[in-house]
Amino acid sequence: MNKLVLIAGGSTLVYAILAWMMGVLPGIELSKTPAGPGVEPLTALQSEGRDVYVANGCGYCHTQQVRPLGADKVFGRPSAVGDFTYQTPELLGSERTGPDLTDIGARQPSAVWQYIHLYNPRAVVPESIMPSFNWLFEVIGQAPVGATPVPLPEAYAPANGVVVPTHKAEALIAYLASLKQPPLLGAEVAGGEPAMADMADSVTTASATTSDRMTSPDRGYDAAKGATLFTANCAACHQANGEGLPGAFPSLKGNVAVNDDDATMHIQVVLHGLHDTKVGGVAYASAMPPFSATLSDAEAAAIIDYERASWGNHGKPVVAAQVAAERAKAK
Amino acid sequence: MQTDVAVRQPHLGGDDDRSLTSVFSAYVVSATLWLLFATGVGLVIAYKFSAPEFGPGAWLTMGRLRPIHTNATFYGFASIALVGLGYYVAVRSCGTKLYRASLAWAGLVLFNLAAIAGTVALDLGCNDGDLEYREWPWWIRLIFVAALAVTAWNLIATVARRSGEDIYLSNWYIIGGTLWTCIIAVVGVAPWYQYGLGQVSVSGYYMHNAVGMWFTPLALGMIYYTLPKLLNRPIYSYALGVFAFWTNLVFYPIIGAHHFLFSPLPWWLQTIAIVFSVAMLVPVWGGSSNFLLTMRGGTRDVVRSYPLMFIFVGVICYLIGSTEGTLEALRSLQEVWHLTSFTVAHSHLTMYGIIVFTIWGGVYALLPLASGKRASQRGMALHFWMALVGLFIYVTSLSIGGTIQGLDWMHGLPFIQSVVDMQTYYLWRGVGGALMFLSHMVFAWNVWRMCYGRGGPVSQAESLRAGDTVA
Repeated sequence: MNKLVLIAGGSTLVYAILAWMMGVLPGIELSKTPAGPGVEPLTALQSEGRDVYVANGCGYCHTQQVRPLGADKVFGRPSAVGDFTYQTPELLGSERTGPDLTDIGARQPSAVWQYIHLYNPRAVVPESIMPSFNWLFEVIGQAPVGATPVPLPEAYAPANGVVVPTHKAEALIAYLASLKQPPLLGAEVAGGEPAMADMADSVTTASATTSDRMTSPDRGYDAAKGATLFTANCAACHQANGEGLPGAFPSLKGNVAVNDDDATMHIQVVLHGLHDTKVGGVAYASAMPPFSATLSDAEAAAIIDYERASWGNHGKPVVAAQVAAERAKAK
Repeated sequence: MQTDVAVRQPHLGGDDDRSLTSVFSAYVVSATLWLLFATGVGLVIAYKFSAPEFGPGAWLTMGRLRPIHTNATFYGFASIALVGLGYYVAVRSCGTKLYRASLAWAGLVLFNLAAIAGTVALDLGCNDGDLEYREWPWWIRLIFVAALAVTAWNLIATVARRSGEDIYLSNWYIIGGTLWTCIIAVVGVAPWYQYGLGQVSVSGYYMHNAVGMWFTPLALGMIYYTLPKLLNRPIYSYALGVFAFWTNLVFYPIIGAHHFLFSPLPWWLQTIAIVFSVAMLVPVWGGSSNFLLTMRGGTRDVVRSYPLMFIFVGVICYLIGSTEGTLEALRSLQEVWHLTSFTVAHSHLTMYGIIVFTIWGGVYALLPLASGKRASQRGMALHFWMALVGLFIYVTSLSIGGTIQGLDWMHGLPFIQSVVDMQTYYLWRGVGGALMFLSHMVFAWNVWRMCYGRGGPVSQAESLRAGDTVA
């Protein structure tokens, strides 16, 4: 009997101590982490949306953690300790089959886009393998007063009637819109290891420098770079063919600002976004987000030049210095 | 110290044996049904990666099926199978009888109740937080804890009634694993320290321990019994086995945070996790070389016996898969592989390669000894080769694909490019998965033959060398 007590009891005691040290104690300590500046609790609707997110397992394909690595830069600034205070259950995730959503509210602020994408992701991203969540919508004969139907492209719209989101879909989209990273103040860096963040930064900067060289005025613009950046930043709304989605996102094909030899307007829109302005005489419900924080001058110039040279457009190309000049105006 | 389990003669015949046989068979049959269900769901998920519109509606959406697949595999199939095998090994290696068959039956009912309730809850969208392997609502996880507690009690009481003074190593692993998992489950369910970042650290601890302190110890314990029995020779080094037991116990609980490298978890917690992930090579290489050295010179026995082949694959995967796990924990490699499908390949190489293959080896080796009925050589061969080839395709495709995915991200390509690049590999994963699922149907047929078939008693001529010497 003694041997049994020793083996079963002894090993369990050792295990309990380790579980306490590595599971419970860090849990207790880290649960006390105060919210970072600008990190707010969710509203009732957003929190309902978070429940919809959890119930349908969105977290199995979408992470909510931005690592201080070059690969994660497109998703926002590195996550900081204070970001998670109101995130229970935590949704950091373990797989990134789809993009990270930490900062999706800032990266894709258009509710219209989110509704179309949720109804059928392939309506806006043809290569997407995300399931359709059309069961979070209703198809009705006519939209009730005050409700706007989802402006689906014809190929994805039901034959009859209009599509309106259910309350659950509205809550989910409200939650996604709430996912915005407040700016970091000073030395607050993820993981308490600024060195790693710096290192990752320098990797990214190195590649940016290379592309700067490639986009130098005397060599014309780098078409491949422009196309890649357009796919990553613009195609979700304006689509790969530049035609946008009628009624939802304006076309860049034949667009006045894009074809204007004076590129001021074009550059300004890319840097600072656009809202409450008619494009080609049409009013759009969605605002275009600003890209001044995410794109370098050279990157913005590459995108602008790609747009000016594609789909039959013939605007005069711009150089990074022009973008820099427009950027300076805003300050 | 008792080192030679093979010489201990089980009591044959009598009510005790019949009762043990019916408990053992019931656990295996129940586990087999969960295997078919869980991997059937897995196959649907794999198909959805190529055909996202397949299976529309809330009930068949990917995000609900995914936790159903993992939890049913873990807590339905693997847990029930390993407990069933654990009972048999404990009783036989202690030369005693099962303490209470009624407790074993109660445990089986509780395990199934939890797994059924958990599956239904997840499909209805009652997910406790998308937290890996603890998605079931908390009260359902308490049913699972009750099943574990009943099992631990029954196992301890059985081993306490052993005929010799010593406790064979298998029982250390089986009893230890069951008791530790009670702690894991309680740590995972208690709410007081699970807010925000605190919960992230608990998730790291939980998701790794639930795998490595539950399935691995029970599977290893079973190998320590089955391998000497099949080969009819003692384990190469009993002391090495004891050494691996204690090092595994001390190193493993510390490595969970390697699931959250580069996250805002404290840097020291991440670094300690990496250090001990490397230290895990000690018990892994110690344990697997112990098994391989036990098999040394017995190649002819191994290739002739499918139970041994299954266990051999399990041991090789233990060596390769766990070493790969150490590599993945290094920051430089994690930068490429983390969050990609490489992780999915790794989890299948380990969970399927180590645990499931070992379970099958154990079932084919031990169930005929209990029931007196064996599966056909052809049936086992078909199962073995389909499962092995399927696993190979599955792991290879997702490992290559996952690496490409990670490099795409590092090269700053648009995210959607990584989705496009994965398409081929998702398809091949589905091909591997389909083979694996087909092999499970053959396994179910084999189990049916071993439990209810007309196979008759294991005849001297047909039986494995080990079977006839000890049974």
